[in-house]
Amino acid sequence: MSLLVTTELVKWFGETHAVDHVNFTVKESEVLALIGSNGAGKTTLVNLISGLFRPDEGQIIFRDQDVTHQSVHGRIKAGIARSFQLVNLFDQLTALDNVALTIFSREGKIANLVALAASDSAVWDEAHEILKLFGLDAKARLLAGGVSQGERKLLDVAVAYALKPKLLFLDEPTSGVSTREKAPIMDTVTSVVRSTGISAAIIEHDMDVVFNYSDRIVAMHQGAILADGTPDEIRRNETVTTTLIGTTETR
Amino acid sequence: MSVTAAALRPTVSSARALRVAVPIAVLLALVPLVLSPYSSILLAYGLVMAIGALGFNLLLGYTGLLSFGHSAYFGVGAYAVALMVKYLNVASMELFLVGAIVASVLITALFGVVCVRYTTIFFGILTLALSQVLWSLAFKFFWVTGGTDGLRVPTPSLFGGLVTGAGDKIAFMSHAYYYYVLITFCVCVALMWVIVNSPFGMALQAIRDNETRAQFVGVRIWPYRWVAFLVSGVFTGLAGALWVPLNGLTTPDIMHWTFSGEIVFMTVLGGFRSFAGPIVGAVVFNYLKTYAVGYTVYWQLLLGVVLVALVLSLPTGIVGTASRLMARLQGRH
Amino acid sequence: MDVFLIHLLNSLLYASVLFLIAGGLSLIYGVMRIVNLAHGNIYAFGAYVTAWVIGTLVAGASMPVWLVLLPVGAVATAILGAILEPTLLRPFYRRAEEYQLLCTFGLLMILEDVMRFFWGPYPLSASALFESFGSLSIGESIYPSYNFLVIGVGAAAAIFLWAFIYRTKFGVVLRATSQNMRMASALGVNVNRVYVEAFTLGCFMAGLGGAIIVPSQSAVLGMGVDALVLLFIVVVIGGLGSLEGALVGAIIVGFVREAGITWFAEIELAVLYLIAALVLLVRPAGLFGRP
Repeated sequence: MSLLVTTELVKWFGETHAVDHVNFTVKESEVLALIGSNGAGKTTLVNLISGLFRPDEGQIIFRDQDVTHQSVHGRIKAGIARSFQLVNLFDQLTALDNVALTIFSREGKIANLVALAASDSAVWDEAHEILKLFGLDAKARLLAGGVSQGERKLLDVAVAYALKPKLLFLDEPTSGVSTREKAPIMDTVTSVVRSTGISAAIIEHDMDVVFNYSDRIVAMHQGAILADGTPDEIRRNETVTTTLIGTTETR
Repeated sequence: MSVTAAALRPTVSSARALRVAVPIAVLLALVPLVLSPYSSILLAYGLVMAIGALGFNLLLGYTGLLSFGHSAYFGVGAYAVALMVKYLNVASMELFLVGAIVASVLITALFGVVCVRYTTIFFGILTLALSQVLWSLAFKFFWVTGGTDGLRVPTPSLFGGLVTGAGDKIAFMSHAYYYYVLITFCVCVALMWVIVNSPFGMALQAIRDNETRAQFVGVRIWPYRWVAFLVSGVFTGLAGALWVPLNGLTTPDIMHWTFSGEIVFMTVLGGFRSFAGPIVGAVVFNYLKTYAVGYTVYWQLLLGVVLVALVLSLPTGIVGTASRLMARLQGRH
Repeated sequence: MDVFLIHLLNSLLYASVLFLIAGGLSLIYGVMRIVNLAHGNIYAFGAYVTAWVIGTLVAGASMPVWLVLLPVGAVATAILGAILEPTLLRPFYRRAEEYQLLCTFGLLMILEDVMRFFWGPYPLSASALFESFGSLSIGESIYPSYNFLVIGVGAAAAIFLWAFIYRTKFGVVLRATSQNMRMASALGVNVNRVYVEAFTLGCFMAGLGGAIIVPSQSAVLGMGVDALVLLFIVVVIGGLGSLEGALVGAIIVGFVREAGITWFAEIELAVLYLIAALVLLVRPAGLFGRP
């Protein structure tokens, strides 16, 4: 069952095809890895699907709805959420606030200016639950700007998760994090995602992470999809290994 | 973005805030009974400015938008009152407040539509420029606004005519009017407290901290900024309306950029990253101005130098520095 | 016909001065990504220094002397800029933008009173130079010849700047730093020095604008903020960070203001703002702007 289908998606930046006639699909309840060297178009593809950019050509269908021209707000309501490559949080608010704010937004309560936020205990309870899911409950009352890089990455995912999306895009969730911390982060993220039946598309450079955690791998190169298959199929795909040599070297 | 590493955010619960605010309100209420009429009137000016600064800081501290044109809304409030006196012969303070609110809503709604699409630099200069346009209009349409002579405003009647200004004006201003200002001040503080601690207030801070991410958690930027602009302008307009009976007169000066500079200054002085900062800053500034203006003609120079010094070395202002010192004294860091 | 010509010349006059000020602001922003709120007062300071030197100090001298000393205001503001950048601006590059705005606003207030302190609250004029140029007949009207000098300086500045930025080695360094500061630094460019130099040049331009206009209109307190307000319209229309934008914006504002003064004198400023608001709605980055 296809959750997301893009048809002949194109994005130009000046004279370069950042995304070149891409037909990309994500199925329900799957964890997909999006790989490719820098400049392959992975982040641009995610930016197009999440609504940061508008495509020059092509269509994006999400759950049978055409979201190609929908605003960011509309896409979030439809069920697409994302985290960012360079961690993007509300640094002057606590970890708990970051998540609670997202829940208020999701519930349509965020426009309320004459009620104390603290009085809505349902939201704060859920925020605590989500932090617990991601192992961050101990840091609930610390400023988001003051926790460790690994924790910030997890918080970034938690905030996106708090939107209760059907499709979660994670842009390099383990980048900048020490090797030791990568597995726990990915364990947490994938267990949350799988247990709730959400589909996740993860942009990753670390091939260990890619091969250990994904159901399916999509490889991009120069704006186009190079290969699409299970980890085994990709491992045996010579085009992929030759094109992405350097990044497919497993340690 | 300056960030306090691993700092515990002081979550000031509303209960704790009340424990601090109520005694202060009581003390303020005792002022006319204990101090001279002159002191009460001076403090009334301070409280009025505090309402204005509180409104201003909704934009700066909570939404991250620095306005250099808030004198415009103060002036709109003041002139709304003066024009109601001139053309409608109104004398009721309640009607004045309503008129000021309506006028502020109209002007801030209009200015806000243009201003909130921009941030920082353009926003700052745009707000400055728009307030200068209003200021120049106040001069040019002198047959309406009284030009440089301004418009006089007599003592209003309070509480629907129950309390009038007949008799000793000083006694009226230092007692009845002072309490009127104090009550309005308390209401405004309570209202602003709720607003900044509401889900809306959280959204504003999110927009301030990270506009892109705010969008990606489903918060639409412009409408929220616009509402913040509106609320901010109305609070300041209300301050203008309260100010004009105290001053007895309103002139175009009140819309000049130099007054906007004072609003900015008092907020930074008190500390714009805290709720109480603008209030403390406004009251302190009011005293400073009263005593310092007598000493020097170079008021802008003094303000400018202190502002630069504050921004360089004490960016959290009085309240921020005081809380840091208190935390250190109490053994936390 | 001659009336039209006079309006045209007045527009160009205004545009020349605006170009110098706005060009300085755009140059600084283009290289350093900062907007100095006190930039208008730098223009005013240049006007005051020139007015003081040629209108008071050497008031008894002759036209050639005044002419030679005319740029003294620009030299003064250049020195001022060279002092201000490392002391008051550099501490704020890494901090949140509000602090930078607050600091330059403080500087605006300081400069306003510095000018009041040195030269008092009354206008300072240097009209002798203006009058010594005499006037020219245009049809049935006469037009001050001095204005041609102002227009000439504006045009010359535009050409000189273009040559400087696109044809000299310093210009290359300036453009590189403006496009990618870190890269330029990694390639060995002394970014701090480039910043000081860019800021000094920007202040020189603003001061020059003040210097050349002051013989035809006195230096008064508040002229800096008035200029800032107009400057804003210029960079909104032309885009911030681009010299072409400053030129185009200055010309448009010059013409519109001249038309406004002629037909809508009372609300001239409001008309200008209306136009700026329209431009903002349609093209938020201005005609040539860099986001």
